[in-house]
Amino acid sequence: MFLDALTFQLGYNASLVGLGAALLGVAAGATGTFLFLRKRALVSDAISHATLPGVALAFIAMSLAGFDGRNLGILLAGSAVSAAAGLIAVQWLSSQTRLSEDAAIGAVLSVFFGFGIVLLTVIQNMATSGQAGLEGLLLGSTAGMLFSDAVLIAAGGAAALALVLVFRRPMTIASFDPGYARSAGIDVGRTDLIMMGLVMGVTVIGLKVVGLILIVALLIIPPVAARFWTERADRVALIAGGIGGVSGWVGAAISASTPNLPTGPIIVLTAFGLFCASLLFAPARGLVAAGFRHRRFQRGVHIRQGLLSLAQGHPIYEPLTIRLLTAERLARADGVATDDGRARAARALRDETRWQVARRTPEFELAAARYDGLTQIEDVLTPDQIAQIDAQIGPPKGVPA
Amino acid sequence: MSGADFVPFSLVPLLIGCLAAVACALPGNFLILRRQALIGDAISHVVLPGIVMAFLVTGTIAAIPMLIGAAAAALIAVAAIEGIRRFGRIEPGAAMGVVFTSMFAAGVLILELSDTSGVHLDVEHALYGNLESLIWLDATGWASLTDPVALAGLPPELGRIAVVALLIVALLALFWRPLAISTFDEGFAATLGLPVGAIGLGLVIVSAIAAVAAFDAVGSIIVIAMFICPPAAARLVTDRLVHQVLWSVAFALISAVLGYVLAGYGPLWLGFGNSVSAAGMIATVSGVILALTAIAGPKRRRI
Amino acid sequence: MTLAPSTPHLTLAQDTATEAARAASPFAIRGMTVSYGQKPAVFSIDATIRAGKMTAIVGPNGAGKSTLLKAALGIVTPLSGQVTMYGQPLKAMLPRIAYVPQRASVDWDFPVRVIDVVTMGLYRHLGLIGRLTGAHRARALACLDRVGMADFAERQIGQLSGGQQQRVFLARALAQGADLYLLDEPFAGVDAATEKAIIGVLKSLRDEGKTVVAVHHDLSTVPDYFDDVLLLNVRKVAEGPVADVFTETALAEAYGGRLQAARPDAVPVTG
Repeated sequence: MFLDALTFQLGYNASLVGLGAALLGVAAGATGTFLFLRKRALVSDAISHATLPGVALAFIAMSLAGFDGRNLGILLAGSAVSAAAGLIAVQWLSSQTRLSEDAAIGAVLSVFFGFGIVLLTVIQNMATSGQAGLEGLLLGSTAGMLFSDAVLIAAGGAAALALVLVFRRPMTIASFDPGYARSAGIDVGRTDLIMMGLVMGVTVIGLKVVGLILIVALLIIPPVAARFWTERADRVALIAGGIGGVSGWVGAAISASTPNLPTGPIIVLTAFGLFCASLLFAPARGLVAAGFRHRRFQRGVHIRQGLLSLAQGHPIYEPLTIRLLTAERLARADGVATDDGRARAARALRDETRWQVARRTPEFELAAARYDGLTQIEDVLTPDQIAQIDAQIGPPKGVPA
Repeated sequence: MSGADFVPFSLVPLLIGCLAAVACALPGNFLILRRQALIGDAISHVVLPGIVMAFLVTGTIAAIPMLIGAAAAALIAVAAIEGIRRFGRIEPGAAMGVVFTSMFAAGVLILELSDTSGVHLDVEHALYGNLESLIWLDATGWASLTDPVALAGLPPELGRIAVVALLIVALLALFWRPLAISTFDEGFAATLGLPVGAIGLGLVIVSAIAAVAAFDAVGSIIVIAMFICPPAAARLVTDRLVHQVLWSVAFALISAVLGYVLAGYGPLWLGFGNSVSAAGMIATVSGVILALTAIAGPKRRRI
Repeated sequence: MTLAPSTPHLTLAQDTATEAARAASPFAIRGMTVSYGQKPAVFSIDATIRAGKMTAIVGPNGAGKSTLLKAALGIVTPLSGQVTMYGQPLKAMLPRIAYVPQRASVDWDFPVRVIDVVTMGLYRHLGLIGRLTGAHRARALACLDRVGMADFAERQIGQLSGGQQQRVFLARALAQGADLYLLDEPFAGVDAATEKAIIGVLKSLRDEGKTVVAVHHDLSTVPDYFDDVLLLNVRKVAEGPVADVFTETALAEAYGGRLQAARPDAVPVTG
């Protein structure tokens, strides 16, 4: 059943929803990347919670006008209007008052959502049919979806993705370095507007599939997970799109094969699983790799410091330094250097002296800026240049070179 | 309104609403000044998985296991956010977004998968709470306030939130000075020998306790709204920390009372038969107060 | 040059003269390395600040000056290194130290008044719940008066100019009544009057026998303001009295080609 859903063999509606969720996931991951790089990830939380009053008002208006309140297109249009109002409220509070953006986000999301709840209880009191459809928007539900709804989601996901592709370049530049973007002739204000528009679009389309409480996860988790794999903004967007797409596709398939489960949590937890794997195992910035690098770096620093102390006859106080030196057989347990240690100490001191000379020699200044306490000067300068430095130091005074 | 109606049906929800609002608004002042306003948001989302896990472990919806479960979930969330921020080098907002959405999703999923048909535990309840149902059936009128038999029948939620509110007031009074100094200038506070890390964590724990106790009675919506709106509004009214905290308490009380009354009686005044969500209305009123101070508060602008 | 190669000593015998100087120093740093990620901000710094002197920590941008102070105070965690005050670990001596952070490190839109900031310096006297008495207030006002800010006591801190904010920070440090004053860029972005007021206060502290250490970025004023210099560029370049340290060679090593930019007159103070 699950495999059928994954391969789009579970009926026309389910396939459309799965496709829509995958497209939505790609669009959300890529859009969320720009938001994340602008350090405004949680603005999306305010936007998504702010959709509730719009949905409820649209339902009330349609019911009062005598139509079926469940028309998804109209509900989503209502949600877009109130999401925009929420976004404007966040922008206005954080620019026109002394409140910081996080306080504005929290205030808007709780107040809009609270007001939405009030409206939901109004709807309950109206004794009209179709309220169940509204509850589904909180946590996402694709079960029993109408064909027209499935088309709307698939088309919306495709449209959002197309817009991301069209505007990816200005958004990448503007989110990475707004100052440079301005000088490159990109209208940052308008790019921000497009970005926020896309966030709203993704949120609104995602309401039915993921639900308004969790749609924000699809905008935040894939970019954060992608960040561990690369240092380049455009690749973060690409990878985030991939993670979002896989989450949407797998999540929708699981949900389609087990009808009673809400779709939103499954999609979110799929994304979270990919996040955990990235956090731990990504080679660029993952924890395992970073932990190894940090340990190696710390050992390198301690050994270098220890060698320099040995060479200059300074006492060593750090227990870790002494332990590392003895483990490497550079010093004995009582702190006396071994022959090997003596030679390495002399070399370290010589390297340090060369760096010192390089720093005050104007032509080597750029190379000298690469000093990090561990890099050997041989890796930075040519033998000729080193010979030139050694000429300034003078002959080695009893140090084996 | 007669005491015979008011005392059994409205007095207790009103008191609980007020105490919950104040318990959340007090730590909220410091969260806002530390740019951690959304920690309140994160905490109130992860309360759900906390109580669901507590229910699965104990099989009941008794108060104490729920409180412990929710507090544990809040601590796990804070630890995870801090870990992702520090070791993953991810900005705090995004780290928060990852953690609280995933934990909330897990809570919803576990809730849907497990059999909770016999108990009153669902997502809607977690979001809106059920302030209106906390009635005092043993009361007959104002005289019941001095009647020990009737007092014994008070909803236990009232006692819990009262204890928590008192605890928060006491902690705030005791640690006011270190909290204020480390909120203003953490580096300087560290050189005074203050345990700045423990102070920051303590604030989060106190916020979590407030969130859990309030959530028990009123749901997450009020919790987030009260963490942020009354202190934010107070920030726009005054430039003194003490005054800000006092204003935030006043705004929280106004929101709770006005919100409860509007939710209960507003629809009747408009000619409708039923009341609307009190939790939602309290949040709405706090938003209106914030909007008013943002438009006309004497200290609304940055200098 | 201290780093000139010589026959390595192969034992851990204590260098008694250096040890004696360290024990007498109110601020001695040993083997301090701090890194952000894989790049050390400061590497293996040894420094022995002389008691009763004013010392400038000088170096180009990114040399690790502020980082060294923060790591010494435990505000950031160093990779290795120890800091002592008169031979005792600095942690145990914090009551005798006053730290003035960079002005930009706090939110000046915080809801407190000038006098509230200065009384933060009295925390050790007040404790958790001690009452703020008239005597405390008088002491805070006296500290404000010493930096020429007594008239501003009731002002909200956001209303102050950059120089006034810096003076309030100095007044808070004075209220602590410390023996060692550590200042991070006290002259950054302040007006001439403030600079004069601050250096006057710092010199009077020195004349009272206190030790003053300041991160400083203006090479031209170093000889006028300070007794000693710690010249830094990730590594320690030199330390000691201004006249000994401020040589063209040492400055070139610390600043390289940036020396012209850092010091327009570029005239060596000593040969």
